[in-house]
Amino acid sequence: MAEDTSVFDVSYVAHLARMYLCDAEKQKISAQLKDILAYVAKLNELDVSKVEPTAHATPLSNILRKDEVRPSIDRDKVLNNAPEQARGLFIVPKIVE
Amino acid sequence: MSLHTLTVHQLREKLRRGAVSARATTQSLLDRIQVVDGKLKAYLWLNAEDALAQADEIDRSGIARNGKLLGGVPIAIKDVINVEGQPCTCGSKILKGHTSVYDAFVVQRLRDAGAILLGRTNMDEFAMGSSTENSSWGVTRNPWDLERIPGGSSGGSAAAVAADEAFAALGTDTGGSIRQPAALCGCVGFKPTYGRVSRYGLVAFASSLDQIGPFTKDVADCALMMRVLAGHDRHDSTSVPQPVPDYTVALDKGVKGLRIGLPKEYFIDGMDREVDGAVRAAIKKLQELGAEIVEISLPHTDYAVAVYYLIATAEASANLARFDGVRYGARVTGEDVIDMYGKTRGAGFGAEVKRRIILGTYALSAGYYDAYYLRAQKVRTLIRQDFEKAFEKCDAIVTPTSPEAAFRIGEKTDDPLKMYLSDIFTISVNLAGICGVSLPCGFTASPRLPIGLQVLGKPFGEETVLRVAHAYEQATEWHKQRPGL
Amino acid sequence: MQYEAVIGLEVHVQLKTKSKMFCGCATTFGAEPNTQVCPVCLGYPGVLPVMNEEAVRKTILTGLMIESEVARFSKWDRKNYFYPDMPKNYQISQYDLPLCAHGSVEIKLDGGKTKKIGVTRAHLEEDVAKNLHFETKSGVDFNRAGTPLMEVVSEPDMRSPDEAFAYLTTLKEILISGGISDCDMEKGQLRCDSNVSVRPVGQTEFGEKVEIKNMNTISGVRRALAYEIQRQTAALQKGEKVSQETRRWDDAAGKTFVMRTKEYAHDYRYFPEPDLMPVVVSDEMLAEVRKGLPELPEAKRQRFIKQYGLPEYDAGVLVADVTLAAFYERAVHGAKNPKAISNWVTTEFLGKLAEAKMTIDECPIRPEHLAELVSLIDGGQISGKIGKEVFAEMFRSGKSPSAIVKEKGLVQVSDAGAIGGFIEEAIAKNPKSVADFKSGNEAAINFLKGQVMKLSKGKANPQLVGEILLRKLKGG
Repeated sequence: MAEDTSVFDVSYVAHLARMYLCDAEKQKISAQLKDILAYVAKLNELDVSKVEPTAHATPLSNILRKDEVRPSIDRDKVLNNAPEQARGLFIVPKIVE
Repeated sequence: MSLHTLTVHQLREKLRRGAVSARATTQSLLDRIQVVDGKLKAYLWLNAEDALAQADEIDRSGIARNGKLLGGVPIAIKDVINVEGQPCTCGSKILKGHTSVYDAFVVQRLRDAGAILLGRTNMDEFAMGSSTENSSWGVTRNPWDLERIPGGSSGGSAAAVAADEAFAALGTDTGGSIRQPAALCGCVGFKPTYGRVSRYGLVAFASSLDQIGPFTKDVADCALMMRVLAGHDRHDSTSVPQPVPDYTVALDKGVKGLRIGLPKEYFIDGMDREVDGAVRAAIKKLQELGAEIVEISLPHTDYAVAVYYLIATAEASANLARFDGVRYGARVTGEDVIDMYGKTRGAGFGAEVKRRIILGTYALSAGYYDAYYLRAQKVRTLIRQDFEKAFEKCDAIVTPTSPEAAFRIGEKTDDPLKMYLSDIFTISVNLAGICGVSLPCGFTASPRLPIGLQVLGKPFGEETVLRVAHAYEQATEWHKQRPGL
Repeated sequence: MQYEAVIGLEVHVQLKTKSKMFCGCATTFGAEPNTQVCPVCLGYPGVLPVMNEEAVRKTILTGLMIESEVARFSKWDRKNYFYPDMPKNYQISQYDLPLCAHGSVEIKLDGGKTKKIGVTRAHLEEDVAKNLHFETKSGVDFNRAGTPLMEVVSEPDMRSPDEAFAYLTTLKEILISGGISDCDMEKGQLRCDSNVSVRPVGQTEFGEKVEIKNMNTISGVRRALAYEIQRQTAALQKGEKVSQETRRWDDAAGKTFVMRTKEYAHDYRYFPEPDLMPVVVSDEMLAEVRKGLPELPEAKRQRFIKQYGLPEYDAGVLVADVTLAAFYERAVHGAKNPKAISNWVTTEFLGKLAEAKMTIDECPIRPEHLAELVSLIDGGQISGKIGKEVFAEMFRSGKSPSAIVKEKGLVQVSDAGAIGGFIEEAIAKNPKSVADFKSGNEAAINFLKGQVMKLSKGKANPQLVGEILLRKLKGG
């Protein structure tokens, strides 16, 4: 059975998604998602105890490729596309351990 | 000569004969776009010089005359598909200024077929939406009524084809994003079986549901486009290694003896009278043409929207995690890298995308995975089984594409759930992985807005779907109608 | 109160494939930053992964080598977390249906006993990129991102730092012998994290476990565990609690320190990877992988002892290096004296290689040459001492010993007459030593022997010299 959906911590979920939401956004999304979660609760009407989840639409397996080296992309092409680059690296603000 | 009003097969015939050049064709289209796109805003990006250069190259090499399937034909591409050297924003601010560094598989197929890659069309941000109102670059308008939406998420492609701003266009369909705009704009939109067309180069929304498909002016064009797009790709592990038939061959077989299934759950009380009327008239026409009508049931239809909005958002929450300002796209810098993520994504994503990321992340989170995501995948199996059982009783299924014709811009933006429920007739198709098309079957009285008929086929049953659609289309005049722009 | 340690090890192994796990970029170490990348391993919008079959094969092979169950049906999952070394901000890994499970590694303890350390699972995933840190910014090199990585998780079966050390060295041996990985920790090809807790002896419940990271050598692992066990024991003895946390080993300081709680360390939101199809391992596939099974190091060691009559130490030295063992076996093929050949390999051969900083593959000496050398000595054509000279020349020039002996005229003189001549000369030139010997100083014979060897330019058969000289001196 579904967890108690009235306790929906938007701040925590936004943190999991590394996405800042302002207070107004948090409130709005919270309210809207409450409605949506109440709606999707209808799935609980069904007995799925003997049903396998759909993993893939078409049942393929062993889609493998040979261990061969293929040309890499020209470094300048991707570095020029980057918001910040230097010394051949993608530069970001300091990573704090 | 108004070349831009031709269909692809009409144009091909002229190009093969040398009666018209690729340049003239492209110029005609550019002129048309110049006239109407200011109002429609179907195109996000157009490079006339580049398009004409492609056309000139085709004229020089004589490709259009030697049998290449799309030689000299300009095609528009939805802004979610990678074309090397072209911008790719997916309708989002977070990819503002981003240029593709590689071609999608289908784009390579178009190039090999001699097509001209004309421009990039507008869409709901990251394909999330049913109206194109979620585009960060403004909404595209319905060519039949500029105050109304063209549908979504491939609104730009649908509007462009319907308004003769493109001979054909590529769109993508995850929950109906090709079929619904095709219905609302009055053109043909096809969603292939999952795995029929490669997803390599398609910016992923919901990996297990997404497919690329064509928008065209008629079914014959659709069959031609499918010939070019379909096929196995070793870069896509979900691409099915099934041979591609010549879809144009089976078109004229007619529907005599075919069993057409009508799912009772799709013909409910309270449906829009005009939509209901148009679809029933279409069914009658199919009967006249010799089809046998069979009542079927898809008992889990009512659960499809709920299943979709758990699975699609869960997959999307992971697929969109890569947009973090590190390697490409827009960045809002921060005190440290984690702060940068929060700011970049907070500023770069629109409201609908944020909503879905939050929902999807929640559905996967600890303690909720079983109740939401896992349960949804199980109900998805039931939906798939509904179709499997139904296709034992019939060869194709016919339904309305959308419960209503195009609504007004702004009418549903405040109620996301209401917006989601308008996908009710298209969504199950993606969950089951089967194929389907929408084609015009009538108009509402006033205002005059297109109504779409949906034909569904079993996995890799594209030929049957096209055959039924073609038979109906050729017995009617709807496909010849054009908006008065 | 006595306390015991409970140790589990999580080892990440970079597989020795030519290309990455999900794309065709090369995996060579040490390339210029971001020169071995493509849209796939950069996590560009619209890309898709395709499995490397060799990585799958190597993982299954590992599973067979550690006697684990190889899954007949194995699948991929997304492990979701954000970090700059993650191109997609999810890692493609395996969660509930890994390729291998329930295996073990047998280690040797002091006193000759053995112990089986359980391996819970071994699964495949993709490696992350490399972060470099500067004063106010950081930089990311994606060359490493996407390299096939095999994660091997042990059961918490180890009870001491020595056992952990033995487990790692044995596992490394296994992986090298199977060609799975080169396991060079300096190149990051083998990385180890540990979980360690302490409990009173006799207690069945585990104590609070602490994760230790940043142990960069196998010896470092041992040192880190020794420190941590002592730290936790001391705390418990004082009546303090051990907190469940992640600590960083600082080898220079010889201590572990608490790491700042990593925000991403918790909810990975695993779900099945929609872009990849499962791996179904058939009987045929298993049989094919089995063909690649090498002889395990321990079995080889025992065989060398038995088959070639070698002492345990020598056998151990030879099998420690796969190339060396192969060289030795070629050398002894058809030879009469494998023990002598082993002596040459383990002393002179390895010694010269180390001195010249050369690998076996680079060395000009052919295995057949060593056999020939031993044969020449055993047959009396040259003495052991001359043999060393010949060996040095073999190493320098790559020529065969017979050719060198011929060229340099080093054939041992064993003709009694010729030797007799040298002896007469030495006796004549050294009357004092002769007198010394005759008056009871037995050791004086060695000087005379040395003189004879000198006269014969070292070529006289030393044994014969000794015999004849003694006879002559005693006989008058």
